[in-house]
Amino acid sequence: MDFSWISAYWPLIVAGAVQTVLLLAISVGFGFLLAIGLALAQVIGPRWLRWLAKGYCTAFRGTPLLIQLWLFYYGVGSFLPMIPGLRESILWPIVREGFFFAAVSFTLNYAAYEAEVLRGALLAVPKGELEAGRAFGMRPLTLLRRIWLPRAIRIALPTIGGEVVLQLKATPLAFTVTVMDLYAVAYKIRQNTLLVYEPLMVVTVFYICLTLLITRAFRLVEQQVPIRR
Amino acid sequence: MSPSLSIWELLAPTPPGWGGVLLTGAVSTVLISLGAYLLGIGIGLLGATGKLKGSRPVVALLDIYTTAVRAIPELILIIGLYYAGTDGINRLLTAIGLPSIEINGFLAAVMVLGIVQGAYMTEVLRGAILAIPIGQIEAASAFGMRPWLRFRRVVLPALMPNALPGMANLWMSVTKDSALIAVVGYQELALATRLAAGNTKHYFLFFFAAALLYLAITLLSNLLFTGLERHFRRGQPVSA
Repeated sequence: MDFSWISAYWPLIVAGAVQTVLLLAISVGFGFLLAIGLALAQVIGPRWLRWLAKGYCTAFRGTPLLIQLWLFYYGVGSFLPMIPGLRESILWPIVREGFFFAAVSFTLNYAAYEAEVLRGALLAVPKGELEAGRAFGMRPLTLLRRIWLPRAIRIALPTIGGEVVLQLKATPLAFTVTVMDLYAVAYKIRQNTLLVYEPLMVVTVFYICLTLLITRAFRLVEQQVPIRR
Repeated sequence: MSPSLSIWELLAPTPPGWGGVLLTGAVSTVLISLGAYLLGIGIGLLGATGKLKGSRPVVALLDIYTTAVRAIPELILIIGLYYAGTDGINRLLTAIGLPSIEINGFLAAVMVLGIVQGAYMTEVLRGAILAIPIGQIEAASAFGMRPWLRFRRVVLPALMPNALPGMANLWMSVTKDSALIAVVGYQELALATRLAAGNTKHYFLFFFAAALLYLAITLLSNLLFTGLERHFRRGQPVSA
């Protein structure tokens, strides 16, 4: 075991950790918003919308994330330069990076899993509470904002915490599309120092710390609104 | 690049089409998954028994195993186990004076995914065994059934309905996790697709085709598991 390389490589490791956390935050943040829409479409949408949302979730949950990532990066990525004006626009430096494709495909994938969780939670909110809201004369949007969604999110909170950890464990895939995340840093250190296991171990410790941080944070949030059983 | 080929010519099963390569890849994906799944069930059964009945050090060891596997990203686990496994076996062989061997990629993939599956399976089976009313198992012991007979006639049939939903989830995740084997270079569906796409430059077409193949595997497995669950739940009240 040789850990003398850490002093030379720690800036790289920290940069990698930042990329990993950034990918996680983007995919969970935007994915959650998308998931709310998808879950609502499945619960109260008209039939065509319901089928569309259901199909989206089945497709994204039924195929490996790696294939989705490569479909975006290699497949969609090869079409993007054909869009007139995109290469001259200010968006191009962002859109040509692997990070962009990783963020997009992780977001779409996370949304599919999260929508399924939220769908169940929306259906699990006691009917009486919604009826009470309606009896107060709340409009559908107010009802959703004040009662339905907060209650559903509270019910789903433990599951959401698990999904966020699963999403964290999915982020190393981004290294296959040139993102310099934590895992990619370990790979680079291996190439430079010819050490196989030590970089992997250090990076693993990082992931475990992040996992602990996420579970702690969710436990704190859950304690804010205790559920009486 | 061969611009003259149409979509159907590209996907044809024989060269110059790449359909055959993709289908062979899909078959090896299913085989890897099946092998890993069976290995996972074996590890899971042993692990669940160990966690429920083992001595304290055994329980502690199994706890470390299941927690570690579930806390570390799959990609890192797979790559780590792949290198550590093949490297370890070769070091062992040289230590006892045998020439080092080229580890079969298929076997390595099955072992690596199976070890990952085993950790999750341990938890699924442990929960399912705990959900069996203890009186049923005690009744079997009171009849003088030996452990193996008791397992076969009482525990297993009572465990299956509880375990099947979790086991179905695990099968879905192993078929998708097997795509990660592409990163260590064994040619299953994901790597075959990358090869086909890279050679023809029709990236979107081939990755889309692969996604459809994976989806087909998932949907077919869904049907299979629904049928299995109906079979194992026969005679139980429907509402449960």
